[in-house]
Amino acid sequence: MKKKNIWQTITGSREASLVAVLVVLLVVIEIMSPSFLAPANVSQIFRNNALTLLMALGMLCVMLTAGIDISITSTLAFAGMTIGMLQKYNIIHNTFLLFLIGSAIGVVCGLLNGLIIAKAKVSPIICTMGFMYIWRGMAYVVSGNAWASGADVAGFSDFGKDGSPGPYIILILAYVIFFVVMKWTRFGRKIYAVGSNPEAARISGINVDRTVISVYTIMGFLAGLAGVLSVSIYASAQPNMQYGKEMDVIAACVIGGVSMNGGRGSVAGTFLGALIIAIIAKALPLVGIDAIAQNLVKGIIILAVVILNVITQRAMDHQNLVRREM
Amino acid sequence: MAEDLILELKGITKIFPGVKALNNVHFQLRRGEVHALMGENGAGKSTFIKVITGVHKAEEGQMFLNGQEVDFKGPLDAQEAGIAAVYQHPTSYPELTVTENIFMGHETVSGGIIRWREMNEKAQELLDSLDADFKATDEVGALSVAQQQMMEIAKALSTNAQIFILDEPTAALTANESEKLYGIVDRLREDGKSVIFISHRFEDMYRLASRVTVFRDSQYIGTYDVDGISNADLIKAMVGREITDMYPKEDIKLGEEIFRIENFSRTGYFKDVSFDVRAGEIVGLTGLVGAGRTETIESVCGITKPDSGKVYLEGKEISIKKPKDAMDAGVILLPEDRQKQGLILSWGLGRNVTLPIQDELAKTGFNDEAKERELAKKHLEDVDTKAVTIFQPASSLSGGNQQKVVVAKALAQSNMKVVIMDEPTKGIDVGAKKEIYEIMGQLAKKGYGIIMISSEMPEIIGMSDRIFVMRGGRVSGCLSRDDVTQEKILELSMEQNSSAKGGEVA
Repeated sequence: MKKKNIWQTITGSREASLVAVLVVLLVVIEIMSPSFLAPANVSQIFRNNALTLLMALGMLCVMLTAGIDISITSTLAFAGMTIGMLQKYNIIHNTFLLFLIGSAIGVVCGLLNGLIIAKAKVSPIICTMGFMYIWRGMAYVVSGNAWASGADVAGFSDFGKDGSPGPYIILILAYVIFFVVMKWTRFGRKIYAVGSNPEAARISGINVDRTVISVYTIMGFLAGLAGVLSVSIYASAQPNMQYGKEMDVIAACVIGGVSMNGGRGSVAGTFLGALIIAIIAKALPLVGIDAIAQNLVKGIIILAVVILNVITQRAMDHQNLVRREM
Repeated sequence: MAEDLILELKGITKIFPGVKALNNVHFQLRRGEVHALMGENGAGKSTFIKVITGVHKAEEGQMFLNGQEVDFKGPLDAQEAGIAAVYQHPTSYPELTVTENIFMGHETVSGGIIRWREMNEKAQELLDSLDADFKATDEVGALSVAQQQMMEIAKALSTNAQIFILDEPTAALTANESEKLYGIVDRLREDGKSVIFISHRFEDMYRLASRVTVFRDSQYIGTYDVDGISNADLIKAMVGREITDMYPKEDIKLGEEIFRIENFSRTGYFKDVSFDVRAGEIVGLTGLVGAGRTETIESVCGITKPDSGKVYLEGKEISIKKPKDAMDAGVILLPEDRQKQGLILSWGLGRNVTLPIQDELAKTGFNDEAKERELAKKHLEDVDTKAVTIFQPASSLSGGNQQKVVVAKALAQSNMKVVIMDEPTKGIDVGAKKEIYEIMGQLAKKGYGIIMISSEMPEIIGMSDRIFVMRGGRVSGCLSRDDVTQEKILELSMEQNSSAKGGEVA
């Protein structure tokens, strides 16, 4: 049998092509701005993008079932504001308890999304759009449009402050758990089954509704967790926190090869996608691109990577068809 | 003697990366002729049609239209040359009206304004000429498949096509609708149009075609006069071997009653349906499309909720509320639509096979992939699936092999007692059909109860011990293997004049 050449390897696997993109990106950046890859800078990138990286895992699950969740940053704000206020008014200061409460709020928000989408068959983008407004509104309501300042959350913010391992531990744990679950457990397999062909999954005895509810609940949990983490990392809570950033999370997944039609995508791809977004955001000013042009460049890069994805997918589909003819 | 050929293709070779989809094939179409194109799935028929319609470009060969060599750059060239294709699954716009669909791309325009009234009138004329039972102003999404096909034919007529290509036109039609389509094709021929049609049904060919061309394994096998070739010879030409016994139904000593449903009803779909199966028995469930067969079975298997009805397994009443309940009880459904309901096409064969038994295999929550592979391999080999590995995606298999994967998926469920096969051989070629029948025979021998839903009379008669016929949502009769004939089935399937349209005063 003929050995695959490098080009075939790259076009043969989406993750490989993402790694290639990442390497090219890093080489270019490193040449234009040496010391980009210095450990301090790298760890800064992860810390600054911890929320996107974390929520991308939930978005992966949601998108695998052919869904989408645009309410996540509202959930994040609702959970974040709640724990911010709990500290501001000196009700709770225990870090663990605050994490628990924030995540629980996220779970409830996600569960509601899941129930409405699975049981009432409301299309995901509509349902989560509704909650996008509701939870963002709740973030303002619970705080009375006040902020929780650095002083309010002092102590708690030690968990996420610069140099603390907290955010990294959460990220590593989350990625390891999701990698294992998606690859080696029956729950992961069911998510892929439901996303690839819900009808066939149902007839094969899988409880499709329960799977859908689960993924939105997981998404909510991660959004709630991200809300708490956000307050800890940035040492403040504002009702408009992470406003509009849900698109970065979706973009990370899309760049990572997660299909909007469901059934296709991986934890590794999601990680690489989120990383590419993070690196672009960090590197653009360093290589001398004006802040005003950054969105422009980001958009172009997103489209370029997605088109590369499509080409890769076509090559793979074509290989399957060739096999069928023989 | 020079024949009046409207279309001739010589030495067509089409190469896809790694495979010759057509290898030096020939074809001649006389003016005013209906010509059948037959062959197993994957024989190259569809590719060939796409060469004629300009979708694919052949690497080698020549095409002559009215004696002139032509070279189509794309589908538009073919359309302009008067070649129209009507596909098995109509490619229409469901939200638009019939008129809009018919004139899509060649609207009647004057001064930049679309002439709706003129177009509607013209469309209605075309529909009338085809004896259509729908109006030009109807929305296409509300039409049946047969009506949509008729619309496609009207569309082809509106472009003044001279050559009509019908790709498996009767595959989705009931007997009545097929009859109507035959009438339309007859009319096209009388009007001097030429027709090429692809079909797996011999009935279509005998009814319509004067000549038949057979492809096998991407090659041209021959062109025959329909009057001059026997069924057996034709099958031999198609599969390259003689099929002496198409229906390997053995006489098996039947056991006790294994499965029975009583008084199944669902408003608007079926009413008071009861039937039973014994161990080792193959029960056929037939009737016209729309008689409620699939709907009944879906309710029995917990996919839809019936209004009432009882299910007995081995004499004991069981409750089936969702598909998993039926599976846990050992009642396994092989759904009608392999691609939509039976398989996850993007997945490997192995994963498809073990999907229903995931929970058993992954008791701890973690998948036991080694066990999965072993089981999948065993069951796929049991049904003789032609595949390279269990990891190749299901989409890479032909229809017949996909159906075998669906069977393997059922076999993997070791608690299986009753198998319900909904149209198990629909759209698969003759060779694969026979293999499916053999598998059914083996399952019966092992003592499973088998229910086969089918619209194809030969297989219903050839394979069933007993046949339940449904009509209008009810069981209209039960025939035993000994006294069944096509006529009796048809009689039970068709609406009786006296009972038709309840409420009408005679």
